[in-house]
Formats: sequence, structure tokens, C-alpha cells
Amino acid sequence: MTNPNGRFGIHGGQYIPETLMNAVIELEEAYNHYKNDPEFNRELSELFNNYAGRPSRLYYAEKMTKDLGGAKIYLKREDLNHTGAHKINNVLGQALLAKKMGKTRLIAETGAGQHGVATATAAALMGLECVVFMGKEDTIRQALNVYRMRLLGATVVPVTSGTATLKDAVSEAMREWAGRISDTHYCLGSVMGPHPFPTIVRDFQSVISKEIKKQMLEKEGRLPDAVIACVGGGSNAIGSFYHFIGDESVRLIGCEAAGRGIDTFETAATISTGRLGIFHGMKSYFCQDEDGQIAPVYSISAGLDYPGVGPEHAHLHDIGRAEYVAITDDEAVNAFEYLSRTEGIIPAIESSHAIAHAIKLAPQLEKDKIIVITVSGRGDKDCAAIARYRGEDIYE
Amino acid sequence: MSKIKAALKNGKAYIPFITCGDPDLETTEAAVIEAENNGAALVILGIPFSDPTAEAPVIQASNIRALRGGVKTADILSLVKKLRAKTSIPIVFFAYANVVFSYGSEKFISACGEAGVDGLFVEDLPFEEKEEFLPFCQKYGVDLISAVAPTSGDRIPVIAENAEGFLFVSADIGETDRKILHSGIEETVCTARKYTDIPCVVAGQSLSNMNSERLTEISDGVVVDSAIVERLESYGKNAPKEIGLFIKELSALH
Repeated sequence: MTNPNGRFGIHGGQYIPETLMNAVIELEEAYNHYKNDPEFNRELSELFNNYAGRPSRLYYAEKMTKDLGGAKIYLKREDLNHTGAHKINNVLGQALLAKKMGKTRLIAETGAGQHGVATATAAALMGLECVVFMGKEDTIRQALNVYRMRLLGATVVPVTSGTATLKDAVSEAMREWAGRISDTHYCLGSVMGPHPFPTIVRDFQSVISKEIKKQMLEKEGRLPDAVIACVGGGSNAIGSFYHFIGDESVRLIGCEAAGRGIDTFETAATISTGRLGIFHGMKSYFCQDEDGQIAPVYSISAGLDYPGVGPEHAHLHDIGRAEYVAITDDEAVNAFEYLSRTEGIIPAIESSHAIAHAIKLAPQLEKDKIIVITVSGRGDKDCAAIARYRGEDIYE
Repeated sequence: MSKIKAALKNGKAYIPFITCGDPDLETTEAAVIEAENNGAALVILGIPFSDPTAEAPVIQASNIRALRGGVKTADILSLVKKLRAKTSIPIVFFAYANVVFSYGSEKFISACGEAGVDGLFVEDLPFEEKEEFLPFCQKYGVDLISAVAPTSGDRIPVIAENAEGFLFVSADIGETDRKILHSGIEETVCTARKYTDIPCVVAGQSLSNMNSERLTEISDGVVVDSAIVERLESYGKNAPKEIGLFIKELSALH
């Protein structure tokens, strides 16, 4: 899907200051070398299987299927990975790559803290120094993850600029990288930013759809009819979609965070409410005002609280290959509670956006249809916040 | 010869960077006039952006103050038109790509040409993405300014050879990189000069630690950004006079 300039249709590219250009060129050269290197791939598989716990299970959610009375529902259990989310897939790949490149230090941005925890984990494992940038606001919303990162030996830098959330953490990590590229790799957490990041992160996450395809063929002897995943920057979604892009019969559905609704200013649904722009190194869709100033976005989910979307998603939207829907805070919280009660699985509030859409879609489909929902992460981290959302006075 | 090149041909220039609309556009207008009257050869006008990812905290804060004050891109273009009735000092816009793109790239750049903006520097537009704006810059006679940095290495020749107006030499690298790369601002300027005869202008937050006289010797001009923006922060509407005095002091150094 990527052309040599890192474009997905009109999206993507490398809109970054000159100070960073040699860093991304060096990264691209290294990646092109190692992606086909048998030794690199052997080491990565070893890490995936024996450290992260792959392949993740494809679980038939029988009670949910019966309760909704329509399509057969499978859950792709990325929540069962080591560190509790899909983020580890990308991080193990990038940390291994950084090590091969001779880098001794990883920096990362994080929203909910899942990518930061995953990066701190990989850094601990591989003996790399680690610094994580996290919006001040998010360090409060996700205090436990801040402690986890520190426990793993990372330094967490609270970012106070702008809205003090994910976009500001990305800006701060880029600023840090521009000043120190010689020993530092920027371990970007989603399919966004300048080329080659959207391609690298997608490739490392595409293990999700590779496994779904194989597991589905084993269990059902056919492809699913729809694959549903939540979209912030869009890494678990592109990972879940990638090996199905050529299979036209499979509907690909990305669920964005509508926050309090797409008709309000408190939303993070980029494809529903944004327009074409250039930011954080890429051309894509962004929530912005008429002068191109990036909008302060909102979602109950810190991991989806980002004003842009990965360029490959923007392209899949343009060509109509994937559908993007917006799910409100309320719908996501209901789905969070629903899956917990119905299947005994507490999903991340991010993943709950995908579950919420499946709850709407499944009853509309015939019983012989099959949908796969990617449960991108587990919801332990969200319990206190959801309890407070429901008016319970609990703190971590 | 472009107006920018002509303005810098004598070298040793101090180039103030002024954020448009901090605290308001009347102040920006007065600051440009004061700067010119006190010896500035060229001014760089920053168009505020909500997320100036590459700027130091003092410049970020200035961007946010300007946006809180309600400055709009269209008003900034009108300001330059107004300034052109009073001064012929070369004006270069410093912007982020989304501000230009979102306004409509051709609409923005044609308005620059019409208002009398001499050059446009886009912070997040490296050589590889120049085509985004270059055709319009050529069509409307606005120099699209390029940058090199100590981290540019073997990219310097192609960037310098194709540069127009002046060449920005960014000094923004950290301590660790400076030690490891064994390369600094002087080496970068020297390399660039082998490939271009347009003026080389040094810029960047790490310059404040360096001797400004030495900088004007190795380059054709030095961008003064933090010191100017700090005056906007401290003096607000009274900043233009302070900025003028400051430029005068710098110019008196040689």
C-alpha cells in the first residue's frame, strides 16, 4: 500500500523539520534492511511467542452472540498479551530494530499509558534507557500506569504544553528527538507521524490480522464478514484490517471516539468531524478550526483522545474500503459494562468503542454471518475512571 | 537579485523574529517599524500555530498568547499590506505547513505575493515535500526558504544548491548530538557555502549560549528570536520600543 515516498493515496509523507530528516532516513534504511532479515524475524517471533504470549486467542463469544441474536461474534484477545494490550507488538519490533541500529535510548509518547508501559517493558528487557512523555492531564487520569513505567525503570516526563494530552506528548517527544538523534530512537506508538512510522507500526501490528485469518480458517473454514476495531491513531485497527484489505467480502469497520457526540466540540472523531491537513509529520484528516489550528479534542478514553488519524486509515476511508463510525462515551461505557457482565472480560475503554458498535451491528446481521472484534487491551486500568463516570466515589 | 539576498549582502545582520499578534497586531506593526529604524536588515514574522512542535517553550507560549488574543491568518496578511505602505524592509513569514495548507496553499501564497511578503519558511516542510508549496511560490514571486542543520550531513549539497532567498542554518541540536556528531553550526555554514552563494542565516535556541559577534562573523545574519519574544512577553504593548533598543545595541557591536 505504501509508495516510495510513504504515501497512502494523497495521505502520509514526511512533513517534519530538517533537523529530523536524517533520523527518519536512517530509520527507513535500517527497517528496509531488517524487515526481510531472517535473523531479525526469528528474534522477533521468539519475543512475540515466548515473551508477549502470542498468538493471542480468537475466542467465540457465545453468550454475547446469543444475547444479541444475530451474527456470530469472535473476540481477538489482544488484551491477553503481556502488558495487557496490542501495543507490545509494535514496541518489541521497534525496540529490537533500535538495538540493531545501535541506539541505546528509547523515547515514547503515551496517552492512556499503555504504549508507555509497553515501551518501558521492552526497554527493561533489552537494556535500553527509556523516557516517556505523557500529558500532565493523562498522568492524573492514568496514575497507576505512571507508576508502572517508573517501576520498569523509565523516566516519565509530564507534558504541560497545549492541552496536556496525547497530541502534546507527541509534540514533546518529537522536539526531544530533534535535539538528540545520535543515540535515541523515537518509538512512536501508532500508525501516524512521518514516513516510515505508519508503515513500520502497521507491519508490526499486522500480526493481528495474520493470526485472525489463520484462526478463522481453522475454526470456521472461511473469512469473517466484518472486522471491527477502535481507532485513535489507528494501530490496532490497521493491524486487524491489514491482511483483509485485499478480501473485498470482509467489511472493515473502525470505531472513533465521539466523546460527548460528534455534534459537540467535545469529540475526538477525526474522520467524522475533521478535514484534510498537515500535522505531526503527515498529511491526513485532523480536527482543526478554519485557520488550521489543531482542535483540543475530548474522549473519555485517553488512548483515543487524539486530533488526527493515521494516513492509511484516511486513505482506506477515501477509497471506501473501510467504514468509520463514531461511538460516544456513553455507548462505550455501556459496552465496557456489557462485556464484563456477559463474557467475564473487562475490556479497555478504548476497545469498548469497538464492542459498542458490534452491539449495534450484530443484531442487524443474519446468524450465519461472522464478525470479529479486536479487544485491543484489558480494562483494569479504566475501572476507577468508569466507576467515577457512574458516580461512585472511588480512587486508585 | 532577490530583495532578501540584497538586504543581507553586507552580512553581519541581526534578524528579529516577531510573533504576529502577540499581544496584538498593532504591536507587531510597531515592532517591525522600530526594528527597521534601529538597523534590522530583514524581519521574520511568525504566524502563530496551536502546536508549534519544533519551538522552544518561550516561542510556544508566544504562539499561544497570540492565538488567545484572537489573531487570524487573514488579519496577518492585511497587516503586511498595511506595513508595505510604510516600509520596504524584506519580510519573511515563518509558518507551520497546516496554517498555509488550511488557508488554501495557492490562496495563501498569492496573498503573500500581493501583500509584499518576500519569503516563506515552513518549519515542517523538508526538501522532500517542497512541491507542496514551491509551484505557488514560483508563480507568485515569493522565495521559499530552505533550512539545513548540523544533523543534515550529506543532505546539505542538494538543499543548498536549490535554496533561494537565504539559507536557514538551524543550530537546534542537543549536547549529546553535538559531542557525537563533532559538528556544529560553523562546520554546517562552511559546508553550505560551498554549494550556494545566497546568504546563510543562523537560527536556533541553542544560539543564546554562543558569542553573537562570532556568529555574525561566520554567517551573514543571526536570527534573534527568544530575546525578542521575551520582550513581547515582558512589555506587551510597550515591547516595540524595547525591541528597537535591543536591535540598536546588537547592531552597535560592530
